[in-house]
Amino acid sequence: MTLSVSDVKRVADLAYIEIDEDEAKETLIQLSGIFNLIETMQAVDTSTVEPMSHAQSVVQRLREDAVTETDQRELYQSIAPQVEAGLYLVPQVIE
Amino acid sequence: MFNASLKQLSLQLAEKKISSTELTTEFLKRIKALNPEYNAFITVNEELSLAQAQAADKMIAAGQAGPLTGIPIAQKDIFCTKGWLTTCGSKMLSNFVSPYDAGVIERFNQAGAINIGKTNMDEFAMGSSNETSFYGPVKNPWDHAAVPGGSSGGAACAVAARLAPAATGTDTGGSIRQPAALCGISGIKPTYGLVSRYGMIAFASSLDQGGPMAKSAEDLALLLNVMTGFDPRDSTSLQRDVEDYARDLQKPLAGLRIGLPKEYFAEGMSKDVESAIEKALDEYRKLGAQTVEVSLPNAPLAIPVYYVLAPAEASSNLSRFDGVRYGHRAKSYGDLADMYRKSRAEGFGAEVKRRILIGTYVLSHGYYDAYYIKAQKLRRLIAQDFAEAYKQCDIIMGPTTPTVAFNLGEKSGDPIQMYLSDIYTSAANLTGMPAMSIPVGFGDKNRPVGLHIIGNYFSEAQMLNVAHQYQLATDWHLQSPV
Repeated sequence: MTLSVSDVKRVADLAYIEIDEDEAKETLIQLSGIFNLIETMQAVDTSTVEPMSHAQSVVQRLREDAVTETDQRELYQSIAPQVEAGLYLVPQVIE
Repeated sequence: MFNASLKQLSLQLAEKKISSTELTTEFLKRIKALNPEYNAFITVNEELSLAQAQAADKMIAAGQAGPLTGIPIAQKDIFCTKGWLTTCGSKMLSNFVSPYDAGVIERFNQAGAINIGKTNMDEFAMGSSNETSFYGPVKNPWDHAAVPGGSSGGAACAVAARLAPAATGTDTGGSIRQPAALCGISGIKPTYGLVSRYGMIAFASSLDQGGPMAKSAEDLALLLNVMTGFDPRDSTSLQRDVEDYARDLQKPLAGLRIGLPKEYFAEGMSKDVESAIEKALDEYRKLGAQTVEVSLPNAPLAIPVYYVLAPAEASSNLSRFDGVRYGHRAKSYGDLADMYRKSRAEGFGAEVKRRILIGTYVLSHGYYDAYYIKAQKLRRLIAQDFAEAYKQCDIIMGPTTPTVAFNLGEKSGDPIQMYLSDIYTSAANLTGMPAMSIPVGFGDKNRPVGLHIIGNYFSEAQMLNVAHQYQLATDWHLQSPV
């Protein structure tokens, strides 16, 4: 597999990380090396193997549909970058 | 006092030879004097620590003390700690004073232990040398030119340099065991699901596991008794009967079958490490154990598999850092997407960005099957290898790391060389098995060597027994660089 600078930029865009041309070029070199290492996986035939998503085969627990959290809005918003009237502020999204 | 075991400290506190306030004050003084050199702690808060010590002294006076009451413990800065700056080694969280306690912190608080400070670590636990920390590298107390390992580098340094009697760490690919090995201390990653991940800032959720780091296996057992236990707030926390992890420490080792994976005794292990490991295995034979060769044919694939699965999970977990509810927000930006992009570009360091990009790529449309599903299939093959091996042995041993500690700066420009320092440790995370490292001597430049002990699921008490019996017969764990 061969990565290109435009692949790196596309992935950075998907990940919401700003990246400039020089950084993208530098990142490309490093990611290409890492993907060469990752490609060694392809040498093993796994056509009959089931994927293992987790270390323990446990089922998701269920709980009563009851209120367990108390209102701590002020505490949680005290560390937010920008709040007003109990709301988190971000740049305008809807025109 | 600085070299005392947890049991000895607990006895001194119980007999009123020292108060927790005095003990805590002594360690705080030591940290104040030596931390500028080591950089093992990101945050020390004398006021909060001493308030806990005073409360512990009251518990002791009231006869309500447990084995860890009044004992200072260094907490890795990945555990959210109410009222404490909790940075995870990142600029992204450099202003984050946690509004709540992690499950692990709650447990130590309930036990009356003292939080002596928050330890330095690789940013978001992504690293094997502590050099990716926004707060700068940590020095290896045995040789200040060397790295302490990572990601729990500050924790390992704090214990080795006697800045704290014990510490907590977390281990996603070797982050407890590798720094323990490189700093000449003992550390254990328990079976996945035993230690609550609630409030433990997530890196790769199916691999992350907290665990203790200390001077001896006996200390680790006492710490595990406090750290483990069901937590309904962690969806993968296991509901099991309470165990005393110290119950089997005194058992003789006669008849123990130690499996030696031939893939771990192959090329890649340096001569000095090999020689220390062979001597340790000879000691085990003297203690009555027998060694058998086993094979883990897919073990060499653990690193490539790990570098698909861990970044994939990380890219998802770290999407929460968007500069909206907490953490770093860029000073100037245009629209919402631009705010996300700038805040994340400024808040994350190079290695974290690299892993987010790898993870985003392997999960993206068209590549998911070739990478993510392929890695999950290999994960199963690796787990099956271990299951086969345990038919022939009770426990598996090998080196924790291929070499002793490398120099600061030596590998920081080469991610792949850095990744390969976890070549023996990451399989235990992929399979969820418990694994530990204990010091077994010294290699080149008098830097410590760690023996890796991998157990079957839920065999922590047996592993600690195996480690403790070795530590009764040898004194590597008692040696200190200071």
